[in-house]
Amino acid sequence: METFLEEVNKKIHGVPLQACYHCRKCTAGCPAAPYMEYNPNKVIKMIQNGQKDKVLSSSTIWVCLSCETCITRCPNQVDIARMMDVLRQMAIEEGRAAKEANVLKFHEAFLSSIKFGGRVHEMLMTIHYKLKSGDFMSDVDIAPSMFFKGKLALLPPRTRDLKSVRNIFEKTKSK
Amino acid sequence: MKVSYYPGCSLHGMAKEYDQSMKAVSRALNIELKEIDDWSCCGASAAHNTNFDLSIALPARNLIAAEKDAMDVMVPCAACFNRFKTAEHHLKADKDLKARIEGVVGARYSGGISIRNPIDVIYNEIGVDALAAKTVKPLAGLKPVSYYGCLLLRPPEVCQFENYENPFMLDKIMGAVGADVKNWSYKTDCCGGSLSVSKTPIVVAMCDKLMGAAREAGANCVVTACPMCLANLEMRPSPQMKMPVFYFTELISLALGLPGSQETFKTHLTDPQPLLSQLRLV
Repeated sequence: METFLEEVNKKIHGVPLQACYHCRKCTAGCPAAPYMEYNPNKVIKMIQNGQKDKVLSSSTIWVCLSCETCITRCPNQVDIARMMDVLRQMAIEEGRAAKEANVLKFHEAFLSSIKFGGRVHEMLMTIHYKLKSGDFMSDVDIAPSMFFKGKLALLPPRTRDLKSVRNIFEKTKSK
Repeated sequence: MKVSYYPGCSLHGMAKEYDQSMKAVSRALNIELKEIDDWSCCGASAAHNTNFDLSIALPARNLIAAEKDAMDVMVPCAACFNRFKTAEHHLKADKDLKARIEGVVGARYSGGISIRNPIDVIYNEIGVDALAAKTVKPLAGLKPVSYYGCLLLRPPEVCQFENYENPFMLDKIMGAVGADVKNWSYKTDCCGGSLSVSKTPIVVAMCDKLMGAAREAGANCVVTACPMCLANLEMRPSPQMKMPVFYFTELISLALGLPGSQETFKTHLTDPQPLLSQLRLV
């Protein structure tokens, strides 16, 4: 049977995580590390140790900002940012509840908006996110000023060949 | 020069100031823009956070559409630029992936056009000397810090941006139009944009840190080329930490005295007009 480490390495499809010599440069530069359950270097260690449940159920993978500072500074080109993408995708495919549920709900609302019109409509996307997350109160103070400044388009923008966009979603759906 | 233009969703929504000023500046600098026919969203963070193939296929659809015009494609939004470059990088490096994505999009990708951001185009194709020569209203008194953020720069082998730990092109561009650009150590730090809506408290702390550092450097405004950074830095800092944030093209437009250059200042969430009138720039 494939170990967790092998599974993650295969999906990263680049430098294997064994190349990490735990210098912790990734963590030193990570702007989100103070807010993470386990820091980026610890996540690599945990994958090497086969702690799949802990990693995929952690808040860390959802708190990662994808700023790519880690891969930029890693002396061994271990692609930690890509690793975080892989871990999030594995958690989704396994149907695990995201520890930071709203982060995933925001992504889902964003993708629904693309599927709907081919382009993102910020207002509909925000409403969709609020319905999914139940977070109705945040930014209610900002929205009216955005609206009156004409920053929120009323009509959803559309790609003419919407079928081609929806096809992309259909064909890349995880089996 | 003539380029393909990919505005992306932001420039038709929240970042319309960037679209308007980009078009005005391009016209003035003889950069002809041909919008990619029937473009669609690049997928942004939402796609790469959840589905790798989707995150490559969505920008690939647009790259393939742009290839029909056979010109470099200029992508002003830093997030779109990053997704385009990432897709290009993977499609060129991985033949199996390329075949799979071509199947998904239903068309061939040849990889023959360059993906460029407007900082690069203006700095390298137009040049700071030409910008300085066209400046009719030098931005005297304006003290911006240049804020590049993440998405134009990282990962370096994908983005191919100059000096990715201490870039200078934006600083030079702003200097050429007469601004007193302040140096600071946070040019490439992350503002937390991708969690701005879903994990706001973290992002408030990150934005406050940036705004504090900008003040410490002696800045009275921030200049950027990223719609996520601009929206985030306007919305998220604590009230006492806020200061005006501009798209760099808005400031070029102002310095070049282009028609309509003051219009975009009216729609910012942090109103830059008091600062600009105090400096007698509007």
